[in-house]
Amino acid sequence: MSTVRRRTAATAAVLALAAGLTACASSAGGDSAKPAASGSASSAPKPSGTVTVFAAASLKESFTDLGKKFEAANPGVKVTFNFGGSSALAQSIVGGAPADVFAAASPATMKTVTDAKAATGDPKVFVRNTLEIAVPKGNPKHIAGLKDLTGVKTALCAKEVPCGAAAVTALTAAGVNLTPVTLEQDVKGALTKVELGEVDASLVYRTDVKADAAKIDGVDFPEAAKAVNDYPITALAKAANADGAAAFVAYIQSADARKVLTEAGFQAP
Amino acid sequence: MTVTAPPAPARSARRRRQRQRIPYALLLPALLGLAFLVLPLVGLLVRAPWSALPEQLSSPEVWQALKLSLISATAATAVSLVLGVPLAWLLARTTFPGRRFIRALVTLPLVLPPVVGGVALLLVLGRNGIVGRWLDSAFGLTLPFTTPGVVLAEAFVAMPFLVISVEGALRAADPRYEEAAATLGASRLTAFRRVTLPLVAPGIGAGAVLAWARALGEFGATITFAGNFPGRTQTMPLAVYLAMESDPEAAIALSLVLLAVSVAVLAGLRDRWLSAP
Repeated sequence: MSTVRRRTAATAAVLALAAGLTACASSAGGDSAKPAASGSASSAPKPSGTVTVFAAASLKESFTDLGKKFEAANPGVKVTFNFGGSSALAQSIVGGAPADVFAAASPATMKTVTDAKAATGDPKVFVRNTLEIAVPKGNPKHIAGLKDLTGVKTALCAKEVPCGAAAVTALTAAGVNLTPVTLEQDVKGALTKVELGEVDASLVYRTDVKADAAKIDGVDFPEAAKAVNDYPITALAKAANADGAAAFVAYIQSADARKVLTEAGFQAP
Repeated sequence: MTVTAPPAPARSARRRRQRQRIPYALLLPALLGLAFLVLPLVGLLVRAPWSALPEQLSSPEVWQALKLSLISATAATAVSLVLGVPLAWLLARTTFPGRRFIRALVTLPLVLPPVVGGVALLLVLGRNGIVGRWLDSAFGLTLPFTTPGVVLAEAFVAMPFLVISVEGALRAADPRYEEAAATLGASRLTAFRRVTLPLVAPGIGAGAVLAWARALGEFGATITFAGNFPGRTQTMPLAVYLAMESDPEAAIALSLVLLAVSVAVLAGLRDRWLSAP
């Protein structure tokens, strides 16, 4: 038998393995954060350039909308978003991911960033959010409260992300001992599992239910009041676009933005 | 896929080649490449919380994830062997219309991003999937979010490695042995069992190790199709990823365990690969 051909096959297989391993490695953001732009502390500099915003997954719809409005109000400014689980975003910011603004779904995940001295000043709470049970349209399993979740397939957020921490608080308050089928990395993951019909219910924010009202119904439960999440926002210390970051943070706290956010189902802080 | 020792006449030629100076244009990028591959692993070892390591690794969650990883990777390899070896045989030893196309299809998961594989599996085998709906209604069987689901996701990405490896071995093996067996009255199945299999056993072994290693490291398809739940579907790579979000030290400790397993696999294979000519 020919050694050469076998050796070629071996090489090909090893190369293919390497390619596969590379493909599955997920990037968590580079290390090369640019140094802070010249710290001219003028009160209201005109924002320009690109503002990079890292925001909790639950803010996806409303922030995308607000980003467009902000761009329209500030010609020449472009807002790019990175939506994801707050804890993963916080870790990547601490790791040096190039971001100008961070909006988290809980003070605990924001603390990761402030502890690493990566934020400028104190983060400001701009909205609050509560949980709801997401079920497929029409609520086929007739779920009326947290206790009904024990008998069905349920997706929760992992306890590391804010919606998961809130879910644990709510379930503990209700005295419900629930074994979910999966713990998702962000709230949208938990929501899509319901949308796909792979689970019967999931605990998500009421804003997520509202944003996906065509396919999802929401079920309120009293214990949600015990697990309210504050959403803090801050400009970041290593922001490449410090003026743009400050302007965006100010805009999110404006009356205009508040209106959009409350329409999406968020509560005023 | 054994790499046999180089034939003797090559020796003197190689010695002559070694006496020449190595050109810097090759040496420099080669050393950079080496550093690029090795440095991250060194970084892992340097940053490892060695004093807290026993405590980190003695938590039941770590062993739960490791046990699940080892079991599911082994099961995925078994699935790949049972289905992949006959598939490789079909591709290497028979001719049928569209064989090249089928072969391309078989190798597709090699280049397909694993996450896409997970989405595809979910759409086919999920509760509302084409096949999954039928499995659910006929047998009450649902695969997503279960350990068998993890095995399926891993087998999906790992099996092509085995098929390619075994097919290569089969093509390299001399078909005349099988023909000889046939002239002695052996059926095609007997010839496969008694002649072909022993002949390509090293190729099957190497393919199985490749598939096992790929299955052990599987992340994208697993988290998409099987979700994430400790003890049921949370394998080591998923545990590392999630730990990185809240407790980087735990993530480093878990990574060290996976690194140790990988080194152990390489050590076990050193005769086969590391002693390459």
